[in-house]
Amino acid sequence: MEAYISLFIKAVFIENLALSFFLGMCTFIAVSKKVSTAIGLGTAVMIVQTITVPANNFVYHSLLKEDALSWLGITGVDLSFLALLSCIGMIAALVQILEMILDKFFPALYHALGIFLPLITVNCAILAGSLFMIERDYNFGESVTYGIGSGFGWALAITVMAGTREKLKYSDIPKGLQGLGITFITAGLMSLGFMAFSGIQL
Amino acid sequence: MSARDLLDSIEPHFTKGGKLEKYYGLYEMVDTFIYTPADVTRGTTHVRDGIDLKRTMTFVVIATFFCIMMAFYNTGYQANLAIEAMGLEKVDNWRSIPMMIFGYSPMNPISCFVHGALYFLPIYIVTLAVGGVWEVLFATVRGHEVNEGFLVSSMLYTLIMPPDMPLWQVALGISFGIVIGKEVFGGTGKNFLNPALTGRAFLYFAYPASISGDSVWVAVDGFTKATPLGLAATGGLDAVHEAGFGWFQSFFGFIPGCLGETSTVAIFIGAAFLLYTRVASYRIMAGVFIGMVLMSSVFNFIGSETNPMFAMPWYWHLVVGGFAFGMVYMATDPVSAAMTDTGRWLFGGLIGVMTVLIRVVNPAFPEGIMLAILFSNMFAPLIDYFVIQANIRRRVKRHA
Repeated sequence: MEAYISLFIKAVFIENLALSFFLGMCTFIAVSKKVSTAIGLGTAVMIVQTITVPANNFVYHSLLKEDALSWLGITGVDLSFLALLSCIGMIAALVQILEMILDKFFPALYHALGIFLPLITVNCAILAGSLFMIERDYNFGESVTYGIGSGFGWALAITVMAGTREKLKYSDIPKGLQGLGITFITAGLMSLGFMAFSGIQL
Repeated sequence: MSARDLLDSIEPHFTKGGKLEKYYGLYEMVDTFIYTPADVTRGTTHVRDGIDLKRTMTFVVIATFFCIMMAFYNTGYQANLAIEAMGLEKVDNWRSIPMMIFGYSPMNPISCFVHGALYFLPIYIVTLAVGGVWEVLFATVRGHEVNEGFLVSSMLYTLIMPPDMPLWQVALGISFGIVIGKEVFGGTGKNFLNPALTGRAFLYFAYPASISGDSVWVAVDGFTKATPLGLAATGGLDAVHEAGFGWFQSFFGFIPGCLGETSTVAIFIGAAFLLYTRVASYRIMAGVFIGMVLMSSVFNFIGSETNPMFAMPWYWHLVVGGFAFGMVYMATDPVSAAMTDTGRWLFGGLIGVMTVLIRVVNPAFPEGIMLAILFSNMFAPLIDYFVIQANIRRRVKRHA
């Protein structure tokens, strides 16, 4: 149990996908103008991450890994070179299904997210979650924890970013830096604050 | 001819249409620094209050007075102790020339005071000069005022430098703090991180050798003496006692450390002044304090076999390192802190909890208050957002 808590905290703070690895930057910067939307998107990423990382873990361990097909009686086959492709395919399919569910049951959230839900499909934070999972050789339980943790960390980062940007509406930013420029600087300064956690060994 | 007449006589050159129009910011800076501006509000709302941004900022600078005095005295005292311990005749840099008059006895308060001043003043002058150039440059190009917020940032920044910081790094740090931490957002009041801490954090990660470790806290070259906090991080309180640091010694500030952060007494006098004049928010200070006490008690309760920091009680956390300084001067920065009353409690609490968390759990950084404050600065707008949402919901319910 303690190992899972450590992994969760590590995924949320120490190895925050947005502010330590700078992954998922396109949506991180595009959808962080309002706190309410940011919370919506953050929740969506968290849900997608919680579903896709374990799903990919399952596919990887039962089909792709070396000797993973032994339950079919086939040995000596190593399909792990297909991991990247299969991850992308799985994520795309799962996001598509999630989108349909949201459209059907949560239309308000669906409209709030608009174009950004399909964008999650190509969000590198989501893909990175699955690839990190493969690289670090997590088992199924760990992959669930890591999926929730990394998604929550990303959601936390974008919510904080949105809060800061709502405050920055009242600032007087030089013309050349307005919009994207200042957002990049803000993200950089925020990752300076997140350095507080770097170096913690769990 | 008084200064007022002189300023009035040259004013036409700086107002619209004058040939020095571009430099109005500079003129305005000198004018309002010497005299109270005569401007009054022109709109329909009218606030009558003697306190303005300038007064607020000047009060903070005044509140640091005892910290500065202690910075002078303690820096020199630590340096003189080191010289005595190493058996040196004199320091081998330019400071030996003025110090010929005073000698290097740690028992001689004047010698300590002057020796410390010779370390403090170069850092402060460089900070003022470099930061001032940036400030005036931005004010001139962007047409805003040069205001006293800069005096506060530069004083606080100087007080959190190690005594022997290379001056070019001091210049680099204040440049980062002023330009990236403040001016790109539009100057005083528009930033979201504390500029002085942003500059220091930049130095901390860019040049860790000159702002962390054991050899930078006493101004004499080649002399190694760990701060009590550094000792506690490796050996717990036992190591602190073994090195001869007592609680009262730490409380009064006769310990190695950054220039102005060592003396908790001097900081508390400043705190009393800031609270009396109501420049600083007591909610933030109390929040930081309570957060720190709670978190360190939790760690005391949990206990640990391997990490001696778990056992450090709250009254030690209070007097070592930069905790008191951060609580009183950095966390209460009204611009980067939370704006709502409830938010301030939460914001302060977050700082206190994070400080102890970093000090105890993170082996990479012995000190945590700097990063804890920057981290909480990021969360301040979000805390405000949720406090306001809660208020709205409560009102809707009340009037439903």
